[in-house]
Amino acid sequence: MGTLTEEIFSYKLGRPVKAGETVVVEVDHVMSHDTTTPLAIEAFRKLADLTGGKVFDRQRSHLIFDHIIPAATIQAASLHRQTRNFAREQGLEILQQGICHQVMPEMGFVTPGSIIIGADSHSCSYGAFGAFGTGMGSTDIGVAYATGRAWFRVPTTINVHLTGRLQPGVFAKDVTLEMVRRVGVDGANYRAIEFTGELVENFSISERFTFCNMAIEMGGKAGLVAADEKTREWLRGRTDKEYPMLKARDPHYEKVFEIDASNLPPLVACPPDVNNVVPVTEVESIKVDQVFLGTCTNGRLDDLAVAASILKGRRIHPETRMVVIPASREVQLEALRRGYIETFIEAGASVGTPGCGPCIGRHFGVLAPGERALTTMNRNFTGRMGDPTAEIYLGSPATVAASALTGHITDPREYL
Amino acid sequence: MSRIWKLGDNVNTDVIIPGRYNVTTDRAQLAKHCLCEVLPAFAQEVQPGDVIMAGHNFGCGSSREHAPAAILGCKVRVVIARSFARIFYRNAVNIGLPVLVCEEAVLASSDGDQVEVDLERGQISNLTTGQTFQSEPLDPFVARIVQAGGILEYIRLEGTLR
Repeated sequence: MGTLTEEIFSYKLGRPVKAGETVVVEVDHVMSHDTTTPLAIEAFRKLADLTGGKVFDRQRSHLIFDHIIPAATIQAASLHRQTRNFAREQGLEILQQGICHQVMPEMGFVTPGSIIIGADSHSCSYGAFGAFGTGMGSTDIGVAYATGRAWFRVPTTINVHLTGRLQPGVFAKDVTLEMVRRVGVDGANYRAIEFTGELVENFSISERFTFCNMAIEMGGKAGLVAADEKTREWLRGRTDKEYPMLKARDPHYEKVFEIDASNLPPLVACPPDVNNVVPVTEVESIKVDQVFLGTCTNGRLDDLAVAASILKGRRIHPETRMVVIPASREVQLEALRRGYIETFIEAGASVGTPGCGPCIGRHFGVLAPGERALTTMNRNFTGRMGDPTAEIYLGSPATVAASALTGHITDPREYL
Repeated sequence: MSRIWKLGDNVNTDVIIPGRYNVTTDRAQLAKHCLCEVLPAFAQEVQPGDVIMAGHNFGCGSSREHAPAAILGCKVRVVIARSFARIFYRNAVNIGLPVLVCEEAVLASSDGDQVEVDLERGQISNLTTGQTFQSEPLDPFVARIVQAGGILEYIRLEGTLR
């Protein structure tokens, strides 16, 4: 009995577990990427004499390159090389076909009821599949590569209950920004968030992914949606693993946020905090030097589809640059088959290699001093995309595409 | 005696160590750019033993352990905040950067004040104002990791993670 989080930990440990308990758990999968792996290796090595110097399970340890791939600098290339050597030594494959959070589910590693830790804060995304996913630092991850274990204080849970039907031009990203506005940037600190309600049930896996991904922007340790038929359908052909369809049973939620999304307009988060959210119509005069469509929040096929539908047969504004980066090669190939990539290129966008792109400000569209960008990213922090005087606004793929056409932040409803 | 460097709420890991400098695991290198977005003078002027005091949600954002590592690289003795973001707190504890939660001390202290901190007892004495504060007690499991000096040292003591 309990929240979905308590149910998952109870299932895992084979006894009833309640929020507030500190437990040590054998995790299902462990992941780190090109930026966080080198420090994880250092921690892993320091335990070599205790653990034999081999990863606990090669099938459950995942090294993914996505932050600066292909390498943009000698420094980045050298860190990659260090990790490649480690992978060779351990008999691990380095996955480099996209953003870690997109690749983990595509590979079938993320299943309902599992506990997955990643050396990346957006590891909370796995909650879209009814898994308990959470971000940790490199040392925790190095420990997990060595022992297969991690310690957790089982979190209390905040419930975000979503109802209503979205107006045309309003998307899961807008709903997510509304949640962050309501819950605040640390309203869920140390807590899990469980998303429930008819809107969540009606959302696709990709749409659920968008708000589970941004649970951390509310401080959340995890963001979860109970698995259902849509989850099963998505996972079909990706894994043979048997998994439990866990649900919250008579849960105690610390707090409940009710959001009726029926009258929600398209929203934009203004710099420098994600809860600085306003209706798009309030910031329409703001000129943008660059727009960016992609990331683990909004780089999937449905995101590219809506942007392509707006850009089809049009040209982006001559004073605005557009960067498009599909979340994975799987997404990229399907977008290619459906003609979206052709649409982006014909519209004047630069289409990049699947990965994080400019979201962490190291390559593929870094901003100059004083520039402004509108992006589908999850963070608008100072200096995140390049120069600290550059400003980042966040919006949906539709808002980003419409703004690419006009050169200023634009209400997508005029372009649908 | 050490100086307090005072910061506001929601100091995120992107400003503690920006992505463009986060391309090394070397603490001394990371330290050169620590907090450069919000306190440009900090990395130059910080002295070993100085103390960072911050508002709510210190260390929010990414999971990069480079953030507490950069602060350790600056030889900061302890970070005291009204609250910490979860991953930063965990990372700090894991790598042996002392972190204390003390609402009152932060509210009653100013940038540049002199301070003395007794980490064992969680006691914070602001020598400029003459006030003394008691920080919040640690979770018992966390306290064991802190006592060991970090998670790797804890595992070494216990023989495994349990």
